[in-house]
Amino acid sequence: MTTQGSTPSPVEPTTSTALHHQEGSSPEAPSHSITDFTADFGAANLRETVHAYIAKVRGGEPGALPALLGLVVLVLTFGFTTKLFISVGNLANVPGQAAPTIIIAMGLVFVLLLGEIDLAAGTAAGACSGAMALAVNNNGNLAKVLHGGTFGAYVIFMAVALIVALWQRLWLGAAAVLFGLVILLTHLASNDVVSIALAVTTGTAIGVLTGILVARVGIPSFVVTLALFLTWQGVLLLFEGNGATVPTRGFAAINGIENKNLSPMWGWIVFVVSVVGYGTVTIFRSVRRRARNLSAEPLVLVLLRLVLLIVVGAFSVYFLNKNRGKGLVKIEGMPWIVPIVLVLLVVLTLLLTKTAFGRYLYAVGGNAEGSLRAGINVPRMRVSAFTISSSLAAFGGVALASYSGGVNSGAGGGNTLLFAVGAAVVGGTSLFGGRGRIRDAVLGGLVITLIPNGLGLHSNMSSAYNFVITGAFLLMAAAVDAASRRRSAV
Amino acid sequence: MADSPILSMRGIDKSFGAIQVLHSVDFNVYPGEVMALVGDNGAGKSTLIKCVGGIYPIDHGDVFFEGTPVTIHGPRDAAALGIEIVYQDLALCDNLDIVQNMFLGREIKKRPFGNLDEPAMEQRARETLKSLSVRTVKSVRQVVSSLSGGQRQTVAIAKAVLWNNRVVLLDEPTAALGVAQTRQVLDLVRRLAQSGLGVVLISHNMNDVMEVADRITTLYLGRVAAEVKRADVTYQQVVELITTGRTGTIGLQPATAAESA
Repeated sequence: MTTQGSTPSPVEPTTSTALHHQEGSSPEAPSHSITDFTADFGAANLRETVHAYIAKVRGGEPGALPALLGLVVLVLTFGFTTKLFISVGNLANVPGQAAPTIIIAMGLVFVLLLGEIDLAAGTAAGACSGAMALAVNNNGNLAKVLHGGTFGAYVIFMAVALIVALWQRLWLGAAAVLFGLVILLTHLASNDVVSIALAVTTGTAIGVLTGILVARVGIPSFVVTLALFLTWQGVLLLFEGNGATVPTRGFAAINGIENKNLSPMWGWIVFVVSVVGYGTVTIFRSVRRRARNLSAEPLVLVLLRLVLLIVVGAFSVYFLNKNRGKGLVKIEGMPWIVPIVLVLLVVLTLLLTKTAFGRYLYAVGGNAEGSLRAGINVPRMRVSAFTISSSLAAFGGVALASYSGGVNSGAGGGNTLLFAVGAAVVGGTSLFGGRGRIRDAVLGGLVITLIPNGLGLHSNMSSAYNFVITGAFLLMAAAVDAASRRRSAV
Repeated sequence: MADSPILSMRGIDKSFGAIQVLHSVDFNVYPGEVMALVGDNGAGKSTLIKCVGGIYPIDHGDVFFEGTPVTIHGPRDAAALGIEIVYQDLALCDNLDIVQNMFLGREIKKRPFGNLDEPAMEQRARETLKSLSVRTVKSVRQVVSSLSGGQRQTVAIAKAVLWNNRVVLLDEPTAALGVAQTRQVLDLVRRLAQSGLGVVLISHNMNDVMEVADRITTLYLGRVAAEVKRADVTYQQVVELITTGRTGTIGLQPATAAESA
């Protein structure tokens, strides 16, 4: 009696009811089907699927619906009111315009999942890309251009971040910061690809230190990142001097991110690989899980979504492959930034949904105390989230530099951060923590970008409208967030 | 029933700053028995539980598990020994589904990438719920925020049973439940003990305690007033132990009781 067998379920069902339902195996009594968790197997056909989806939306899980509706409304509105909106020349610009916001927002999703905020992501992006631009323009020798002890402070900053990362046992983060430190001290950043790595690893260091201030020192993230929002702005000014712009046009890797296109054939290859990969995984999962009597998405739904993806994707690739150059210059093909964002989308989504790390992020966002009791190292999760956020923000800064052809002394300031937060929230990520996806950043980023894009084509629309309308969208998204939170009590 | 405790705590002291919450507390859990831990508000029940679970470090005292001295530094240590706590506030994550909650912190992973093995977790969660005769849960993929109080309590207990635990501590499991749901949970408590686990039940409800407990430990202002067999005491005596720290010849010396107050 004292020892217990290896069975995971030591308890015999001694009460009669549950057994009788099974033994009496009454096919005529679907009302008792709850015994067998039948609701796990989901809807079997399209009608049930639609009903289940409506129930889900009403139950406070609108998913991607608001953002998709927003996209449709914007496209229809601008499509009917301007001539140029639905033209190859304009729509091919959208990925490039949206990418910096999307990439910074992807990072913010990690922080928002914990119910925290990173207000410094924008200016951190500016400072990191500023370091990159200066380094690559000066043969990687930052010591030469950074005066008055700035370089020394930079090195010390990276070293401190390295020590902190090791202390928190963030091995990947520590490796990244160490790499950045090596780049900083060895002039390797004369190479444009390595200079991008300098920007990203500087972001990693920023994230580690932001995280430690929030998680271990215990300052609210709002205050920490508000202070750092100002600090990184000042650091960028220190780096570059007031009013300066450091160009990046001449460096193939940096410039290429936003300004080079895949050849049409490669565009189709990206399309086929994405669709086949996504299709295989989702169909295979649905069929196999159902065969094993596990909860699974109905195959109809999977196929429907796949068809939608194929149509939208094929149309986009076809559109992007048309020549959009004026006169003699031929411009065609999918911008490089599209596969870059796609890869980030897939990798980060896998991180959030398929790993214990991702699961713990959601858990901490849902119930930090409960996560602690489950043995999760909550402070370490917080530091990790800020580290990922700032690293991605730095890469967003690189994209921003690529897009504008250089880093000016105010890069990443202004509304950069607010638009990124807006993108995540419009996409469906909750400001209260515990709910959000990487996909939200992409959808929300597109919405946030289409507004100024479309308004810019109206000759009589000032930027005042841009702000007002973007603000209205953000308010609507926050309202949806709050309402669904009340409904689902998440 | 075995008379050697599976979990034994000796002379536990615990202070928060200047306030000493536990005074040399002895506490035993026996395999196959339900040990009720009772006491008035502020007697130190929850603190003692959290010391067992590794949430609070103990200041002084020894912990023995199956006769071997052990130290518990954190929730993972407690879990490794097979001690599981079902907290009063359940500690479930509202935004995660039942399977995710039951495996939180101890996910089953696939080789070689260490990604989550969802099918395996889902199957085991379902088997466990079935073995507990849980009939009120529609889907193991429901998020916890959509569950009722009784269903949440069931999930929390099922989470404790999922692992090959030796000791399960239940902190006020019936406090928020209706009559029928209380009945189910109490049956569940008895079944846990019958299967050989050491069960600790913290409760304010004397009817529940007298019904399912084999032994009763009474805390009075941070001290153990008495550890008694349920069969040896009456309802009235337990209430006296809770309120005054002694009853007849059982309990604290009047001087000690007065000092505590």
